[in-house]
Amino acid sequence: MALKVAIIGFGSVGKGVIKVLSERKDDTFRVVAITDSKGAVLDDKGLDLADVLKRKKNGDLKRANMSSMGVIKEADYDILVEVTPTDAKTGEPGLSYIREALKRGKHAVTSNKGPVALRYKELCELAKKNHVQFLFEATVGGAMPVFNLMRGPLAGNPITSIEGIFNGTCNYILTRMASEGLPYDMVLSEAKELGIAEADPTYDVEGIDTALKLVILANSVFGMDVGLDDVDRVGISSVCLEALKLAGEAGMVIKLIGEVRPNGGEYVLRVSPRLVPKTHPLAVQGTLNAALIQTKLAGEIFVIGKGAGSIETASAILSDMLYIASLQ
Amino acid sequence: MDLELKDIPGQLVKALEPISDAGGNIVTVVHHHEQRTNRGTIPLQVVFEMEDGLDELKKKLESRGIKVVRFNELRLLERKTVVLVGHIIHSDIRDTIEHIDSTGYAEVVELAMSMPGISLKSSARISISATGKAEMKKALRLLRDIAKEKDLLVIEPIETEEA
Repeated sequence: MALKVAIIGFGSVGKGVIKVLSERKDDTFRVVAITDSKGAVLDDKGLDLADVLKRKKNGDLKRANMSSMGVIKEADYDILVEVTPTDAKTGEPGLSYIREALKRGKHAVTSNKGPVALRYKELCELAKKNHVQFLFEATVGGAMPVFNLMRGPLAGNPITSIEGIFNGTCNYILTRMASEGLPYDMVLSEAKELGIAEADPTYDVEGIDTALKLVILANSVFGMDVGLDDVDRVGISSVCLEALKLAGEAGMVIKLIGEVRPNGGEYVLRVSPRLVPKTHPLAVQGTLNAALIQTKLAGEIFVIGKGAGSIETASAILSDMLYIASLQ
Repeated sequence: MDLELKDIPGQLVKALEPISDAGGNIVTVVHHHEQRTNRGTIPLQVVFEMEDGLDELKKKLESRGIKVVRFNELRLLERKTVVLVGHIIHSDIRDTIEHIDSTGYAEVVELAMSMPGISLKSSARISISATGKAEMKKALRLLRDIAKEKDLLVIEPIETEEA
């Protein structure tokens, strides 16, 4: 029996998920609903995903007049794939969507950092109570496996700390500044032109995005109960070219590093520019993300991968969906 | 550490083996073959890094017939480099350094600066040596507090697994 899937959000990530699912030859999943702010596309027998994508591109996709919340509350589905944009303050509308689906006893998979960072405990308890899964691999490190890696291959390993590069925009800016000797403002404009940085880059360059990911890691991996305000946070906007040069002369680069370390009671939870030896595995280039997971048995484990992108993020979402399918 | 070896085959290995067995990291070895002592032995200088167990090592070497002539212990084992960004000169870099040096367990051993213009922020790279890991942590915490007071950005090294 195919699992029925409702996809909420038809932006870059939503499109990626639909594309990836449309190319799968098996019948593990059947997408019965896709919604966005303009309405919903529904078919209980399974949508023709390639056709939906084509119509979306041509702008002639016919939507039923039904809201996302309406679909979540009433449609018949097994897995909710929630891929709406992150709101770091309220977590909405994703938070209400996920809450509603879990209450109905539906599995929820999300790439939305807001709800996980703000309401991890509540959503987890809700999922547990209703005997369903609440998974969020795509929220940290995009394509890079983090949670699945710890649940699967690293199972049985107590994790003592995680540190890494969790924001591709900042890493791109710092890499370009160091390699080309260009000042911060110039590289930032370039990143905006390339679509790597948003028009208002505050969320990335001030480390808020990285901090959200740390909160997710802290609460879900280490069982902490922390929020965005608990993160000691410094962004990259005051990292100047001279600082990068001085670091370079000493064989180091500067990276925006997120670090979470439970350390007994005195936890470390911080986002800050840090010196990384050029030869260290965390010294990754461009928009790459990287994580160093300290484990009790396996020692240091490094993961490096693409932290963003439509298909890359879809890869993480698909892995969560397949995990749910494996439990059936 | 200065040692004296007998001039027979196999002595160098005999002298170095206990050091690496004790977890020491050998940095340099100088074998003074041309400076034979009037006792007929050959001087050997070894520089190595080791956490502890120096006394046991000395005993072990002597039990192998190797003479330990002298050793110098340099206790500033931990060394870390940080970069500061801000109005470093105006906020008195000398005072910042003196604060660290006056702790007695840590000192600033290197300073490099870059000042792009009078009104612009400058950057400094400083290396700190401390007597141990815990002392280094304390020194970095002190530096962080000073930086906060003086409104400087401290770019600290990541935590790396060190041998």
